[in-house]
Amino acid sequence: MTRVLLIEDDPAVRRGVTLGLRRRGHETEAVATGEDGLEALAASPPDLVLLDLMLPGMSGLEVCRRIRETSQVPVVVLSARGDDIDVVVGLEAGADDYIVKPSSDEVIEARMRAVMRRLAPSQPGPAAGAEPTVHGDLEIDRLALRVCRSGTEVTLAPSELKLLLFLSAWPERTFSRQQLLEQVWEHSYYGDARLVDACVMRVRSKIEEDPRHPRHIQTVRGFGYRFGPL
Amino acid sequence: MRRRLLTSGLRTRLVVTFVLVAALSALTTAALTFQQARTAILARAQDNAVRDLRAQVASLAPDLPARPTEADLRGLALQLDRAGGARDWRVAAAYRHGTPVSARGPGPGLPAGLEDRAARATTALVQRYHRDGRPRLAVALPVVPADHPGRPSGLVVYATFSLTAQEQDVTSLVRAARAGALPVVLASLIPALLAARRVLRPVRRLRSAAESMATGDLDTRIEVTGHDELADLGGAFNTMAATLQEDAATLRAMEARARRFAADVSHELRTPLAAMTAVTGLLDDDAAAGHLGPETSEAITLVADETRKLAHLVEDLMEISRFDAGAARLDLDEIDLGELLHKTLALRHWQDRVTVDVPGGLRARLDPRRIDVVLANLTGNALRHGGPGARVRIRARTEAERLVLTVHDNGPGIAEDMLPHVFDRFTKGDTARTRSEGSGLGLAIAAENARLHGGTLTAANSPEGGAVFTLTLPREPA
Repeated sequence: MTRVLLIEDDPAVRRGVTLGLRRRGHETEAVATGEDGLEALAASPPDLVLLDLMLPGMSGLEVCRRIRETSQVPVVVLSARGDDIDVVVGLEAGADDYIVKPSSDEVIEARMRAVMRRLAPSQPGPAAGAEPTVHGDLEIDRLALRVCRSGTEVTLAPSELKLLLFLSAWPERTFSRQQLLEQVWEHSYYGDARLVDACVMRVRSKIEEDPRHPRHIQTVRGFGYRFGPL
Repeated sequence: MRRRLLTSGLRTRLVVTFVLVAALSALTTAALTFQQARTAILARAQDNAVRDLRAQVASLAPDLPARPTEADLRGLALQLDRAGGARDWRVAAAYRHGTPVSARGPGPGLPAGLEDRAARATTALVQRYHRDGRPRLAVALPVVPADHPGRPSGLVVYATFSLTAQEQDVTSLVRAARAGALPVVLASLIPALLAARRVLRPVRRLRSAAESMATGDLDTRIEVTGHDELADLGGAFNTMAATLQEDAATLRAMEARARRFAADVSHELRTPLAAMTAVTGLLDDDAAAGHLGPETSEAITLVADETRKLAHLVEDLMEISRFDAGAARLDLDEIDLGELLHKTLALRHWQDRVTVDVPGGLRARLDPRRIDVVLANLTGNALRHGGPGARVRIRARTEAERLVLTVHDNGPGIAEDMLPHVFDRFTKGDTARTRSEGSGLGLAIAAENARLHGGTLTAANSPEGGAVFTLTLPREPA
């Protein structure tokens, strides 16, 4: 059972998603505004937030930004428009994934599960690397799912952590954006590669000394991304 | 090339016409002048001869006897010959129908008929004639006694002399006219070219304006100068351009409104659909569980299925709206086409029904999501038209920096009258085909995606049967 906080202004969608998720065994708290959502989040932290971007009052983007200030709870954006710019901005604000409305309850649940899986499916299990690995100023502890930079713990959203763990498990190996979409987000091969770009940008801003000249997560032009070499 | 010929054609025609007119007027003037001058020269020669002859005859005739003998006549002729001086005429005299008698040798060789007419005449007669190819003038002067005017004396004096000198004058006149006309005609080339330029410049302006209109610059206007017919034409052109521009703007506004409306409608449909689709899984489960009445179960399945189709249709409409609004963007990535195609087919469980012929390592820069949509729409379309035992062949090759991908089915092909409309929105290949087999936007979206990549998507019938869709993409979109 997953505890889901649904922030959605349309009552019918709120009701429909709640019904669909309840049938699948998830407990859903549904609120209509961003303000109520932040309040509910503080009162009893959910396992996952489903966030509509088009909200009256405080915008979904602002809500997403506020959530990320205090919490690393998985955030999945429900976007009523497929209008691309919204999605990108949502992702840059710290969302882990997005679902374009309308989507069936199966799709919503599959997306939720993917985001909440603690590790990417083909990532080596915790036993593979029990010891924390050190990459320059970065220390990655796969067991505790902790990342420290120069001794200070870095707070990473779930998708950010998964991406970093996945890439660092195969140092110096280049993955295409399509491969990362499949492996980290469990999207289909041809999914939206901007998810990867937005997430890489966010991770870089947290772990790189100079995000514009990244050393840890490097861009391989025309191919994708690679962890290291330093 | 053709355009150049046309302009030079108009210019040539104008110049040629101009020069022809100049030549014609020069020739006419020369001919008239020549005619006048020739007449004047000959008339003067004639008059002088008659006057001189008459004066000589008047001084000599009174000395003749009333009935002169042949010897008298010969003497008169001799005297007159001598008096001719520079004129060098040859004189003969005749009396009462007698043979003209000249001073020496044979007669002067008078033109035929002159003697007969002279016998009846009371005044001088002249006649031009040719002898040995030379022009000559013959004068016949009936002598009238001074005391009996009106009663001819019967004596006729003939004089003939050469007109060669006069003829030479005339010839040199012709030569002068010819020498004058040619430079005039040549000189007329200059005003002809100038005039052609004056006419052609506004024509050329009009042409380049029309060309720029044709390329879509509807705000093209031309500067109208003067008040001639070409200026009127320019004015009419400007009016036409203004009207066209206005109409185009109106049409564009209407079209934009219609498209915005479609986008708005789709967008408005999405929210209720989002609520409905969120429970389709729930409905499916309950319908399948068997604890509802069979009719309720069927109704619930129907609602769930149609909800999904409606969601799909709205999704396609939104996609088309984005193309219409110019909001569709390419998200390019370097992709292995074989891998992409494999994933596209695998995701839809089509691997077993499709034969793939794609060389390994065929990479291109493209938007994988959009190309997946294109391939899925083409393959889905091919599978539908091929019937239950459909075999679809997909083949990809590179041809001169372009990626050429064909999707070939073994269905009945596309009706000839349908071919131009295959990529139209909501075109259904077969009117009998049910609505459930696609949104009717799949191929339109595929074509838009191909175009967005700078490529093309075409449909044709294969000679060995079945329809062939050919997707051509640049390996490096601009």
